[in-house]
Amino acid sequence: MEKFTNLTGVAAPLPEINVDTDKIIPKQYLKTIKRTGLGKALFSEMRYNDDGTDNEEFVLNKDKYKNAKILVAGDNFGCGSSREHAPWALLDFGIKVVISTSFADIFFGNCFKNGMLPIVLDQKEVNLLMSEAERGSNATLSVDLENQEITTSDGNIIKFKIDSFLKHCLLNGLDDIALTLEKDKNIGSYEAKIKNDRPWV
Amino acid sequence: MSNSRTIYDKIWDDHLVNESEDGSSLIYIDRHLIHEVTSPQAFEGLRVSNRKVRCPEKTLAVVDHNVPTTDRKNGIADEESRIQVEALAKNCKEFGIEYFNELDIRQGIVHVIGPEQGFTLPGTTIMCGDSHTSTHGAFGALAMGIGTSEVEHILATQTLIQKKAKNFRINVNGSTPKDITAKDIILSIIGEIGTGGGTGSVIEYAGKAISDLSMEGRMTVCNMSIEGGARAGLIGPDEKTFAYMKDKPRSPKGDDFARAIDYWDSLNTDKEAYFDREINLDAGSLPPVVTWGTSPEDVVSINGEVPDPEQMDENRRDSKKSALEYMGLKPGTKIKDINLDIVFIGSCTNGRIEDLRQVAKVVEGHHVNENLNAMIVPGSGLVKEQAISEGLDKIFMAAGFEWREPGCSMCLAMNPDKLLPGQRCASTSNRNFEGRQGFRGRTHLVSPAMAAAAAIAGHFVDIREFNK
Repeated sequence: MEKFTNLTGVAAPLPEINVDTDKIIPKQYLKTIKRTGLGKALFSEMRYNDDGTDNEEFVLNKDKYKNAKILVAGDNFGCGSSREHAPWALLDFGIKVVISTSFADIFFGNCFKNGMLPIVLDQKEVNLLMSEAERGSNATLSVDLENQEITTSDGNIIKFKIDSFLKHCLLNGLDDIALTLEKDKNIGSYEAKIKNDRPWV
Repeated sequence: MSNSRTIYDKIWDDHLVNESEDGSSLIYIDRHLIHEVTSPQAFEGLRVSNRKVRCPEKTLAVVDHNVPTTDRKNGIADEESRIQVEALAKNCKEFGIEYFNELDIRQGIVHVIGPEQGFTLPGTTIMCGDSHTSTHGAFGALAMGIGTSEVEHILATQTLIQKKAKNFRINVNGSTPKDITAKDIILSIIGEIGTGGGTGSVIEYAGKAISDLSMEGRMTVCNMSIEGGARAGLIGPDEKTFAYMKDKPRSPKGDDFARAIDYWDSLNTDKEAYFDREINLDAGSLPPVVTWGTSPEDVVSINGEVPDPEQMDENRRDSKKSALEYMGLKPGTKIKDINLDIVFIGSCTNGRIEDLRQVAKVVEGHHVNENLNAMIVPGSGLVKEQAISEGLDKIFMAAGFEWREPGCSMCLAMNPDKLLPGQRCASTSNRNFEGRQGFRGRTHLVSPAMAAAAAIAGHFVDIREFNK
């Protein structure tokens, strides 16, 4: 997994609440057997017109947001299906940070497996960053994971919280399967114990 | 501090392999279900890293999302779907995992076949790369949906790295009135707590109305925990649970079964156990419900009307306004005045035998309204077989329903069963998201009985009046 340390970039505003993973990437794109190339499918039903051309009204189609690296979103972002294709699509488009007042649990976990950072802030802070994002490409945000800070173009600093284990994995780009395989002995002794205690399992 | 624990605490404690100082834990996964959509990249990951599957016998594979529900003896026409299905077959063969293919009588929706086979057991941890894995919580198991990276993690290590969630208990007290089903209970709960209400929690459903439910009804309730934001929902095991488990193909036998029952029984939540949050609902006052918007929290009584977003909290107003626009509905429209184009009965929420029996009871002697198409998709080959043995198929076909082969079908429309733009559907599935059942399709979530009555009437009707 790629390391995540710092990121500076344009933030796009998506104030809608309950943006579900069907909206982030509709099912017709789930037939792939690969993780890559899903950026074109991101938000496809909002992003494209019926004839396949870009819907100019959609935020990520506006010139100032075409290179967005950060998304500031409404409450409960990523609810619904467990599809990891949702973070894969965001990442492939170039978005590595999503900021909201809350995230659905599965989506939240999936982001960290892909070197992406979902940040939870309170409503006031999200409102501030949302209006910052609405200023477009003149206003970039800087995210510093080590110091757990977001800096706006005006120099305002917003602190954020993050689980220490998840932070450690992101900063070092750790493969958590390799981490778990280091505990092979513990897993083996657990299995031996269960064979005895709950043989029917 | 008290030693009293919830059922979630107990299952968690019994599956803890290792606990780190930072609070992240390694938990053991007893059962792993996989399907064709969320597993190919996990197997690819194993191959790239040259890793093996640690316990192939603890994973069971089935094909469900992509399969057509029409005759499939001649294969799958859609090329991408066919490639994905073939990839699952190939991966299972390569890594030694048991696989039910599209022609196997045991094939069906992953959350229907797990319990049916006795693969799902009380007191176990059950994971699947599918958010409706919460279904299996009906048996008093800790069952959660996971992403593909976690599927790979389980295949390689038979464990997951997790943080413990909060305990949230929802008591549904009193007796449920006649014609009110498990679906009405869970939709009402979601309407109450909101679609993010259970985020960070494992929900335990308790109270008389929950224990009165059949195992099928309990599965319907736990299934939609994720629509309330909770990764897992569960119900303490009891005599009904044990009776269901008996003589399933993979359930424990003989002395093991007796020992297992003692263990399962011991898992029930202690009287003094601590819950981070607890709410109460009165089952006696629940009406049949219908969703009006594009989030499962948009719930209203059959006797109600489409609400006005202008009256809502400002953080929700714009989203709900655009939901109504998408749904082609105006505030104040009576729910009973909403006409339908399609009725879909099936899915991991409501595709089991009890659901089909409820539908048959409603539609027997009636005919599907001439203005709509209605289809019934059984949850598995065994559900279909059971329905046929009870003669339900004849009732459905005589009433003008299409009677299909098992699979996820129009719940998520990855196969050819799709709504066309603008079509309005009464669906027994779990999500009314934009585009879920087909591009620009409009979904109203209801119980099987309500869907059946709507299919006959052509619009929503109150099942309590319909049955009079």
